[in-house]
Amino acid sequence: MKKTIKRLAAIGLAALMTAGALSSCSGGSSSSGTDSKKAGDASKGKVYYLNFKPEQDKAWQKLAKEYTKETGIKVSVQTAAEGTYEQTLTSEMNKDEAPTLFQVNGPVGLSKWNDFCMDLEGTDIYKQLTSKDFALKDSDGKVKGIAYVIETYGIIYNKTLLNKYCKSDFASVKKIEDINSFDKLKTVADEIQKNKDKLGVKGAFTSAGMDSSSDWRFKTHLANLPIYFEYKDDKISDTDAIKGTYLDNYKKIWDLYITDSTCKKTELASKTGSEAETEFIKGNAVFFQNGSWEYDAVTKGGLKDKDLGMLPIYIGAGDEANQGLCTGTENYWCINDNASDDDKAATEEFINWCVTSDKGTDAMANKMSFVIPFKKAKESSNAFVKIDNELTKAGKTPVSWNFTTMPSEDWKDGVGAALTQYAAGTGKWDAVKKAFVDGWKTEKEKAKE
Amino acid sequence: MFKKPKRKLYALIFLLPTLAAFIVGFVYPFIRGIYLSFFKFQIVNKATFVGINNYIKAFKDESFLRSFWFTLAFVVVSVILINVMAFFIAYALTLNIRGSNVYRTVFFMPNLIGGIILGYIWHQIFDGLLRSMDMPSLVTNSDLGFWGLIILMCWQQAGYMMIIYIAGFQGVPHDLYEAAKIDGAKKTQILTKVTLPMMMPSITICTFLTLTNSFKLFDQNLALTGGAPLTDGIWTTRMMALNIYKTFYGEGISAKGVGQAEGVIFFLIVVVISLAQLYFTRRREVQA
Repeated sequence: MKKTIKRLAAIGLAALMTAGALSSCSGGSSSSGTDSKKAGDASKGKVYYLNFKPEQDKAWQKLAKEYTKETGIKVSVQTAAEGTYEQTLTSEMNKDEAPTLFQVNGPVGLSKWNDFCMDLEGTDIYKQLTSKDFALKDSDGKVKGIAYVIETYGIIYNKTLLNKYCKSDFASVKKIEDINSFDKLKTVADEIQKNKDKLGVKGAFTSAGMDSSSDWRFKTHLANLPIYFEYKDDKISDTDAIKGTYLDNYKKIWDLYITDSTCKKTELASKTGSEAETEFIKGNAVFFQNGSWEYDAVTKGGLKDKDLGMLPIYIGAGDEANQGLCTGTENYWCINDNASDDDKAATEEFINWCVTSDKGTDAMANKMSFVIPFKKAKESSNAFVKIDNELTKAGKTPVSWNFTTMPSEDWKDGVGAALTQYAAGTGKWDAVKKAFVDGWKTEKEKAKE
Repeated sequence: MFKKPKRKLYALIFLLPTLAAFIVGFVYPFIRGIYLSFFKFQIVNKATFVGINNYIKAFKDESFLRSFWFTLAFVVVSVILINVMAFFIAYALTLNIRGSNVYRTVFFMPNLIGGIILGYIWHQIFDGLLRSMDMPSLVTNSDLGFWGLIILMCWQQAGYMMIIYIAGFQGVPHDLYEAAKIDGAKKTQILTKVTLPMMMPSITICTFLTLTNSFKLFDQNLALTGGAPLTDGIWTTRMMALNIYKTFYGEGISAKGVGQAEGVIFFLIVVVISLAQLYFTRRREVQA
């Protein structure tokens, strides 16, 4: 008798397991259905988040712990070292315990990982987005990524120093508000540079360092502007062959950065990001091209909200009077489609909790200084974000982040190297053009293979 | 009769940990690597067979070919310089000068520092020097980058090879020198006719080590120049290992397979060249 019971139990268990295996198969392939959530049981799943931003690692660890305390669902957060996300993701994905939640940086990153991304159409978090523009779609139009942070960058300035300039007798621009074009910006920067001793600064701009800790500000973020204006002219959002219509403007702003600077052009190649940051905090320079993520660093360095301002990056293109800051995202959450249904459900619930619950939204707004594009978001205390909101309200058009369509890391490195050599005087501007235009074509082709 | 099999058994047991580590750490990844070079993959468990496509792409990859020539030039110069330097330092330090043990330690020390750290330190040193001469950074000039790498590697490797050469010098029997002196040989003659032939085993080892080390160089290359500068779409100071790494993590879904194929080609090149070197230097070894 005992034996038969055991046998029956075994058969029953086996049947259950087969059913489970089958359902997980079908769940994987038909997750586009509206009830994809029901395919798994969140309370049995776990979350493994591979985080991209090292500066927010601590905040994520804490938030994960709180979530586990509240729900009992295990959440582990790993953070890749700066600049090694792709490598870490590749090796983690090869493991049995692969990340259930990871991120891609936009269409280019998605093309690589698309097979691993779950369709997020109909999920709770998708419904929470303030605008469907913040969802990342693949070439078939399926929702594969959800932007979770919106950032903004421009030319950060030291308001106190800039006001000091405006009040001095050599100033031809008397009000900060009057700086609304490249020409005005150049006039101001040139005059500050000329009278740097009178103002007590070392230069108008912080060093445009081309060390890898700083070069992304120029090879990626600054390079966004010529791409943005070209896309706008051609009414496109991506291209296989960039023309480089606005490369002369790119040259103009780069020349300005490296000429009206705190150091010699030849020294830029090895200047780091923290050197520029320190120069700005110490008041050695007036302008500092960077973004809202710098807010914590500069305020911890001693600058107050009233000392800080941000200007759009004017390059002498488009409608400058109505140009806003560069606002967008390169951080999209993706759920690993190969994870078990339980894990997928748990991950879905976790990120939804992050952007809807009181604790989650509070941590994201105040601990991570994020502006999140979700309906229940709390207002961030970030001063740069506030400036962006004010400018948008005043009718300025934000510059979108088109650098997510840049063909590859190698392309960015190529432009960066050419900029470095141009600044050092060992290379010509033609090399930048070549890296920009020809490099774009070859790298886009490579990505398609 | 009874002893032999038992000893064999013990030998096997003692071999086991190393053998296991060798299989897990080398044999398996090596075979898997060759296997994967015929596939297109993003993660290794999901690969699609593409035949020799990866190899065709690898041979068409201009940066791969360029990195081969750059690496070869680097290998030739560094092997000669490192060995000549190490040989003469060892020669000087076996002449019974005062404090030779201190010098030995000093010359050997750079070996104890990791390549990445060395690369960054030397990057700072070179840039500081260049800045004082009002010249732009190392990463903007491929010739400077090349010689920078050479200086770094000589500095790091010469000490290690020196130790091997010192052992070689000390291994030359004294009666040979005595006999040569009695026969009226001059100092240079003793060096070329007695010391050098007797030192061939050390030379074989040292050339082998410097050759393979230089060929496979990665850390120092990454940290010192990172492959910069870029000229006409080619990273002019990227050596083969770094180039393969960059290909592997490049864009496109075939990047990993192509990187894998380049790795296999790279392996074959290193094997062929170092075996040829072993064959040629071994032939010149003599018995005392």
